[in-house]
Amino acid sequence: MYKYDEIDQQIVDERVIQYRDQTRRYLAGELSEDEFRPLRLQNGLYIQRQAPMLRIAVPYGMLSSKQLRKLGDISKKYDKGYGHFSTRQNLQLNWPKLEDVPEILADLATVEMHAIQTSGNCIRNITTDQFVGVAPDEVIDPRAIAEIMRQWSTFHPEFALLPRKFKIAVSGTKHDRALVQAHDIGLEFYRDSNNQVAIKVWVGGGLGRTPILGTVIREHLEWQHALTYCEAVIRVYNLHGRRDNIYKARIKILVKALGIDEFRKQVDAEWAHLKDTDNTITEAELARVAQHFDAMPYENVPAHDASFDAAVASNPAFAAWVKRCVHPHKQAGYRAVTLSLKPHGQAPGDITSEQMWAVADLADEYSFGELRSSHEQNLILADVKLSDLFALWEKARANGLASPNIGLLTDIICCPGGDFCSLANAKSIPIATAIQMQFDNLDYLHDIGEMELNISGCMNACGHHHVGHIGILGVDKDGSEWYQVTIGGKQGNDASIGTVIGPSFSADEMPSVVQKLIEVYLQERTPEERFIDTVRRLGVAPFKAHVYAKDEVAA
Amino acid sequence: MSNLIKLNNGVASLVEDDWTLVQLPATQVEERKQAGKVVLFKLTGEATVTDAQIADTVIPATGKIILPLSVFIARNNEFKDRIAQGEIGVWLATHEVLENLTQQQADLNALPIIAVFVERFADGRIFSLGNLLRTRFGFKNELRAFGDVLRDQLYFLKRSGFTSYLVRADRSAQEAIASLNDFTKPYQGAVDEPRPVFKRYNRGA
Repeated sequence: MYKYDEIDQQIVDERVIQYRDQTRRYLAGELSEDEFRPLRLQNGLYIQRQAPMLRIAVPYGMLSSKQLRKLGDISKKYDKGYGHFSTRQNLQLNWPKLEDVPEILADLATVEMHAIQTSGNCIRNITTDQFVGVAPDEVIDPRAIAEIMRQWSTFHPEFALLPRKFKIAVSGTKHDRALVQAHDIGLEFYRDSNNQVAIKVWVGGGLGRTPILGTVIREHLEWQHALTYCEAVIRVYNLHGRRDNIYKARIKILVKALGIDEFRKQVDAEWAHLKDTDNTITEAELARVAQHFDAMPYENVPAHDASFDAAVASNPAFAAWVKRCVHPHKQAGYRAVTLSLKPHGQAPGDITSEQMWAVADLADEYSFGELRSSHEQNLILADVKLSDLFALWEKARANGLASPNIGLLTDIICCPGGDFCSLANAKSIPIATAIQMQFDNLDYLHDIGEMELNISGCMNACGHHHVGHIGILGVDKDGSEWYQVTIGGKQGNDASIGTVIGPSFSADEMPSVVQKLIEVYLQERTPEERFIDTVRRLGVAPFKAHVYAKDEVAA
Repeated sequence: MSNLIKLNNGVASLVEDDWTLVQLPATQVEERKQAGKVVLFKLTGEATVTDAQIADTVIPATGKIILPLSVFIARNNEFKDRIAQGEIGVWLATHEVLENLTQQQADLNALPIIAVFVERFADGRIFSLGNLLRTRFGFKNELRAFGDVLRDQLYFLKRSGFTSYLVRADRSAQEAIASLNDFTKPYQGAVDEPRPVFKRYNRGA
């Protein structure tokens, strides 16, 4: 993965100094609450219900074992001994003290980490597929460009104070796993007819209050122009985005208002001036950064391993884990492994300091000392030998990291919700844990099969509920917490926004609502259908009818 | 004590302001709401200046003055001589459209100063305006930021082509100077240093 040189290190070190002074001025009363807010937000610090929340950047989800170990130390020293992986692949601390944040940043800087632009109205952490670099369906490894974009977006002076947050995702696979259509800008890398690296550019996607999938603004962009083209897009947005209304301030609203053709025209007019200027990426720079993402020094091992096959055959628990948590790999004899942060009955994405240290050790022992976080809020060891899987599983299991539920109903994406977040209308974690307990039977879970259930505690949609096969949104009705249910949302190349099935439910009703949705699916499915396929084939009506049937659900 | 910071060959210092800022007469502005919240930012291109305000703007008869863009355009004939003498600068607010200025005044460099008024700290349009004035319209003279100008914008303003900064009156401009240099080696090319870091340094193979 990318290693800092003196220039990178100096920037994060100077950031620590800058933020330390901003905090000092705030505490000394030289900055008002309103004046400090944008400064602390651009450093990932929210003021939450019980305590501040600090969001630490994990650029495009890549972590070293050394970094994760340090995150474990920081969670222990400055927090309550745990952290939370978010849907932007970042790590959040729920209980740091505002006065301690400069020290936390100083600790982070020792392992080439920071919290720069993890919140606020600026370009946020750039995200990608958690299997980047190892996925068999990958055409282009976009990490080098992602890192170049990370550097370019860091303290970009023109885009320091945008109308609203700005999220970029990059993807280089046949099957999109980075939600490029749900981002302000999505960059889809591919090889063009001349076998050159090119980018299909999506713009104006986003979830939140007004979920919209992005539109293609440019079918073919040469990679050299990634920065200048984004500058043109963001300049048009910076000048013309709706600053008068926070709910209409995202780029998606501007694109919709102007129409994609007019928006494209304005972007092209800007780009005519920006194209080929100094921020054009050079071959040399791409090569310099790309070498940090060279393939791991894989051993030449056979594609099959007898001991692995024997363990799968003789150990059903191991076989279940392999089925859900082990993923194909470009390299023969290797696999990627998801360590589930979704044990039933616990907050999705939460991880203790002890678990962080344990995962760091596993990464060192089995996966070249690196790991990734996913937007589904799990951790991935990307390069594990087949012959090591059984030993890895035993150790992961001993640390509560081997729930065989990846991609199943209980692998719930969930925001922190009303337990922590001051924006939330309703709690989300207790809903997730109640559903997990309702579906605690593994055989039943596996029979239900692939399912994405996403929960957000408010319409800001941090839990990506719109693109969940089942989406749950916390809403406020006269001061009490209710839950609106959508079905038919999906991420990927054929992404879709879910449809609301009807009036919302109380928290108590939610496990049985999900149960009823599943009952309709199990009754109606064809042998090859996943839940989402059945919903797409039948539409919402039969699900709605069963969920709201009078004799079955009390009013 | 002046609160005006000026960059001279990259060196910042506090200087006396030798320009007089001409303001539009105040009007009754109705508070507007969107989604239940008071609107804090004007939309780009939104008409905010009335003909009466333009007509009633008092112009000092002598000295170096910075005129509101709307007055500069509507009453341009009054200023022809003074423009030639280098006594006229122009200011615009972040919601105003730059092309209105360039259509009126093809040679921007006849203006010794252009100033941009930022009503609120969080209004980042000022950075794009600075960038466009420098890179698109070739403006070479003093470019000033005023209004809700606080220490933590200065680094970005400098990088966006601004060369003077009138820090809000209730804050220390002397202390703010330090933040012009919050970062030593910026990553991306911008107005003050067009080359990105990978074109300025050999960062290894």
